[in-house]
Amino acid sequence: MISGTARRRAQDLAFQTVALLVLCLALGALAALIIDVWQDGASRLSLDFVRGFPSRRAEQAGIWHALMGSVSVIAVTTVIAVPLGVGAAIYLEEYGTRSRAAKLIEINITNLAAVPSIIYGLLGLGLFVRMLAMGRSVMAGGATLALLALPVVILSTREALRAVPMSLREGSYALGATKWQTIWNQVIPVAMPGILTGLILALSRAIGETAPLITIGAVTFVSFAPDSLWSPFTVLPIQIFNWVSRPQVEFQANAAAGIIILLLLLLTMNALAIWLRDRYQKRGLL
Amino acid sequence: MSTPSRPLGPSMPSLSGIATRDRTPTVPSQPPKIAVDGLNFFYGDVRALQDISVNIHPNLVTAFIGPSGCGKSTFLRTLNRMNDIIPGTRVEGQVLIDGEDIYAPGTDVVQLRRRVGMVFQKSNPFPKSVFENVAYGLRINGMAGTRSEVAGRVEESLKAAALWDEVKDRLQESALAMSGGQQQRLCIARALAVRPDILLMDEPASALDPIATQRIEELIYVLKRDYTIVIVTHNMQQAARVSDFTAFFWLGKLVEHDRTDKIFTAPSEKLTEDYVTGRFG
Amino acid sequence: MKRFEPAIEWALFSCAALSVATTAGIILVLAVETWEFLRAVPLLDFLFGTEWTPLFATPRFGVLPLVVGTLLVSSIAMLVALPFGLLSAIYLSEYARPGVRRGVKPVLEVLAGVPTVVYGYFALLFVTPLLQRVIPGLAGFNALGPGIVMGIMILPLVSSLSEDAMQGVPRGLREGSYALGATKMQTSLKVVVPAAFSGITAAFILAVSRAIGETMIVAIAAGQQPRLTGNPLVPIETMTAYIVQVSLGDTPQGTLEYRTIFAVGMLLFLGTFVLNLISAWLRERYREEYS
Repeated sequence: MISGTARRRAQDLAFQTVALLVLCLALGALAALIIDVWQDGASRLSLDFVRGFPSRRAEQAGIWHALMGSVSVIAVTTVIAVPLGVGAAIYLEEYGTRSRAAKLIEINITNLAAVPSIIYGLLGLGLFVRMLAMGRSVMAGGATLALLALPVVILSTREALRAVPMSLREGSYALGATKWQTIWNQVIPVAMPGILTGLILALSRAIGETAPLITIGAVTFVSFAPDSLWSPFTVLPIQIFNWVSRPQVEFQANAAAGIIILLLLLLTMNALAIWLRDRYQKRGLL
Repeated sequence: MSTPSRPLGPSMPSLSGIATRDRTPTVPSQPPKIAVDGLNFFYGDVRALQDISVNIHPNLVTAFIGPSGCGKSTFLRTLNRMNDIIPGTRVEGQVLIDGEDIYAPGTDVVQLRRRVGMVFQKSNPFPKSVFENVAYGLRINGMAGTRSEVAGRVEESLKAAALWDEVKDRLQESALAMSGGQQQRLCIARALAVRPDILLMDEPASALDPIATQRIEELIYVLKRDYTIVIVTHNMQQAARVSDFTAFFWLGKLVEHDRTDKIFTAPSEKLTEDYVTGRFG
Repeated sequence: MKRFEPAIEWALFSCAALSVATTAGIILVLAVETWEFLRAVPLLDFLFGTEWTPLFATPRFGVLPLVVGTLLVSSIAMLVALPFGLLSAIYLSEYARPGVRRGVKPVLEVLAGVPTVVYGYFALLFVTPLLQRVIPGLAGFNALGPGIVMGIMILPLVSSLSEDAMQGVPRGLREGSYALGATKMQTSLKVVVPAAFSGITAAFILAVSRAIGETMIVAIAAGQQPRLTGNPLVPIETMTAYIVQVSLGDTPQGTLEYRTIFAVGMLLFLGTFVLNLISAWLRERYREEYS
């Protein structure tokens, strides 16, 4: 019996060590990625790189067109996805919790959140580019990404609304408030930090999306910043993809530098989301 | 504001040992403020309230007592249709307030809730300033006028809730920074601001310390001059101190409803007697 | 003001109903083009043909090489993500001190949030060369490198969902086991994991669905040579990479070649849809067990 216990204890320790090792490997992989990208690309980082345009000569190429493309597309995505997503979440959480229709919509949304992003690209191609004849424009790209981001926005907004205690709503109703008055004056202000955090995270994911935009035709040889909603465009991840696909080593350095910029952008947005959440948690409800 | 801190009139000994006071007149001559007839309430298929019929008299305090889970809070919430916000509930029977059935189709529930105010067991002030908490009801009901009118109404309500002196210099501070007793009085002020006729109070002092509880009870005694008050309480002594009429509920049924001193000294039902003497509960 | 409330409710409802429209849109767009495609290419040829050369002079439309390529990369990814993700979840759920959890979980979230194009870069220019030193026959484009990287990308998903499932197991079950003298490892593996089984399986299936639908890692690092093979050391092409390849090219609309991306997309959609449904059903059942 005693040796059995000792053996089991040794197994337990071994297991713990293995599990910890696994975690370290995962973190190690992340570290390796960051270090590798930095080593490859740091030398190309400069203001000229950020403000430059593509070129046959790798050293002279820049990302301004792609950066502006990303900004424009995400702006369109935000304008479309935020009101639609928050509105849908408010309906599902506050109005329709029991009806059959609401349950079906819920299942539908959970499913949509797990559909591969390239399928959204095909949808955008068939619907926005072809049927609605938007062409391969910033508008089509933004609309496609909006559809992609919508389920995520809805799910995170619903969670934020759900976190608002029922006693707050009851207090409002008891004074003779209508449903919308209660939602607008009490629920939304309290849920706002959670909603904003979810929005920022959803949009930061959209910035990194490549496949759906390639599919709708955000071509890789665009070399100018978009000048209107209807002009062709490219985005930062696609420019990175373009450079990675070239065999010349110099372009790979460009790709790495582009990646650094992209990661910095995402880091900023996520930090903003976390800061928002912390700040409101201190201020917020008891 | 002078409020008596001890009951008026001679104390009477009772079966349960709870001192009650002798109140006159007996049954009021005015028509009842709330008349409930044959009320049945369902959570889905489960019947939570069975054939309740009771009259609530104006400008008096009626207490609902009974063991946990007997339906008294559920019944209180049917009086301002707060149960409507819970999905799957159903009501049968009539609830007449000032002669009108509040469950008739086409009833303006929003107006109803303004007229029938509610204070909850756990105080739930909004995460806004003290001033905004009281002003909220005015704004959403379209009762707010100029800024000075709103300020006047807020002051009036806070005075009526015996809170004004404590907060008059702190009106812009967050309501959540106040003590539990102050928060509850704020909720009362908030309810009073929209000028209800009836005030429903669901165990308003159960989360408060004895001193805060006493202040709430004194407040109730003063408020009944202008309002009809229904209070749910699991504390029999509180019911005896504060109410004129008492209704005893058990397992979803109304067992007995009579003047408070009668309920606690000489109840008609054995079940009531067993409860008030502490044989179960 | 109060009169507008029904209008507000209706407007909000439309926002919610839009999600139904999105699903309908996906199915419609894919179905219309797939239908046209299947009028030119028989279904059985498509599903079971072993050569995929739609852009050649003599085109062949057998999708199996793409499917096999997808499954090959996904299997490698799962070999990494499933055991490591589960181990990580067990550690975080049963062993780790709160400080460690607080430190590790955000890092895992970062891993999950890195854009896939970055992972593609990593796979092509770091992992594959690294592997080439160990495996001399490894081609520049292959299934192994992207497979491993994809596994790393999906690991946080498996870990966090499995951890949620294990957290849902009531404490009483663990305590019963400890009271009998079991070690933590025995309790975790023999009591907690089996109790959380349907939740963990749901997590696994969702991870597989994610791997199958992943695009950029394979588009960058796996190659563009559709090949019916189980060899992870040679270039292949996945369904998703094929769609990217055609989208980057000049294939005109309305042609058969163009329609191939919708046909492949339809297959991909149906596959992930079924997997997602199974995963969701399992999760529902798990929630019912423990609440």
